[in-house]
Amino acid sequence: MSVVDVREAITRVHHEEWARVVASLARRFGDLDIAEEAAAEAFAAAVERWPADGVPPNPGGWLTTTAKHKAIDRLRRENRRDDKQKEAQMVYDDPPEHLGAVEDERLRLIFTCCHPALAMETRVALTLRMVGGLTVPEIARAFLVSETAMGRRITRAKDKIKTARIPYRVPSAEDLPARVCGVLAVLFLVFNEGYLASGSDTDPVRHDLTAEAIRLTRLIRALLPHDGEVAGLLALMLLTEARRTARVSALGELVALDEQDRGAWDAALIAEGQRLVRERLAAAAAGVAPGRYQILAAINAVHTSAGDVRDTDWSQVLALYDQLVRLDPSPIIVLNRAVAVAELDGPYVALATVDSLEDKLGGYHAYHATRAHLLRRLGCSQESRAAYDKAIELAGNTAETAYLTRRREQLG
Amino acid sequence: MQYLVSVIDDGTGPDTPTEDAAIDVFNDRLRAEGYWVFAGGLGSPDPATVIDNRGEQAVITDGPFVESKEYVAGFWIIEAPDLDVVLKLATEGSKACNRKIEVRPFL
Repeated sequence: MSVVDVREAITRVHHEEWARVVASLARRFGDLDIAEEAAAEAFAAAVERWPADGVPPNPGGWLTTTAKHKAIDRLRRENRRDDKQKEAQMVYDDPPEHLGAVEDERLRLIFTCCHPALAMETRVALTLRMVGGLTVPEIARAFLVSETAMGRRITRAKDKIKTARIPYRVPSAEDLPARVCGVLAVLFLVFNEGYLASGSDTDPVRHDLTAEAIRLTRLIRALLPHDGEVAGLLALMLLTEARRTARVSALGELVALDEQDRGAWDAALIAEGQRLVRERLAAAAAGVAPGRYQILAAINAVHTSAGDVRDTDWSQVLALYDQLVRLDPSPIIVLNRAVAVAELDGPYVALATVDSLEDKLGGYHAYHATRAHLLRRLGCSQESRAAYDKAIELAGNTAETAYLTRRREQLG
Repeated sequence: MQYLVSVIDDGTGPDTPTEDAAIDVFNDRLRAEGYWVFAGGLGSPDPATVIDNRGEQAVITDGPFVESKEYVAGFWIIEAPDLDVVLKLATEGSKACNRKIEVRPFL
């Protein structure tokens, strides 16, 4: 095996095994800090030894055993497992043999990292570190904070889990839907930060973040295959990611959905996403009410089934938005619904709806961008220009700013 | 594991009889299910006195150690196996006493 092959093998194993190693160590030693450090040391040992010794036949087993030894070494070295320390160990439920189904340890890890008693930004950071295996500097870069600050955030979270006794457990059936919803919110946030990256110096699309969010959502999907919203979020991410390369031009400008080269969309991702949407449609037909991610995925499925923008089934899009508004009547959903209204009933009708949102969305760039587009279609150049000005001022994404600027220049 | 569950008053004022009744029901439940350790009501921090005897002479100050619109108006000490259990109880407690609740683990 060449050095390159070994390096690739290590990267692959890191993707596949990191969370499993951390999860099993966390369970054994009752301490996330020890689990994380020992897992990192085991992977460092692999980087050092595998090029000479070769990749072991069972890499995951090798890593878990190595990490276990590293953890025991650390505990011996520090010899600090007094009674107080034992008390501060994480809490588990019943032993695994009491559980009905074979349960993946990684689920406990995910639910602990996404616990509602942790702040959202903390959940995101902890999940990327413990489940995703990203390093602290990588996470710090992803969210534009200093390494020190990010390190502190993660350390504080680990301390809180231990001292406040956030349990290392999969929630009870009664609490599960709400807690899964919390996990999905974390993953969606990571995805969106990748898809519409903020900051004037960052790339407009951070593929590393979208890819990581998809990878982790796939993992949750494998662990909770019957959860409709998990399937919905995965489908939504895949159908969005499929358009990624068509969404930013060679000049770094955002390309709106109606102007994208649909031939550049990723057919394999679209097929996978649409398969998931069909699966959920079948469940909905059988009486299972879809959640918001499933409806959003269905909207994206409609868009991605149109080979040409003129073939878009807007009445289907609007029907789905109506369903979504009933579930979540938030102003942003109403704003997006108005785009479909404009296609069916014309820009004038849509503008009335959009204008009614000013109080709530006046500080949101997409509100002004949507208004600007509608006003342009109505021939109100002057008002449209003012709305573009406002949208450009508020937009945080470089590609979007470039796009809005070009549309503004095109006004007569 | 014990938790300090503090009742935060943010200008709500003294308990109403309805709140008192709801708190009694909640307290009975804590006792019946084995979570109860201790509880007490504090009222406003106005009559507080602060003593600092770290120097040569004890300094006595009239009033609370921190001036804030929000203050701890009472507390429970709850015995619970983990944070999830105490958060569930605190959620009910907040409803019963009609105030915000802070949960902190004892060391």
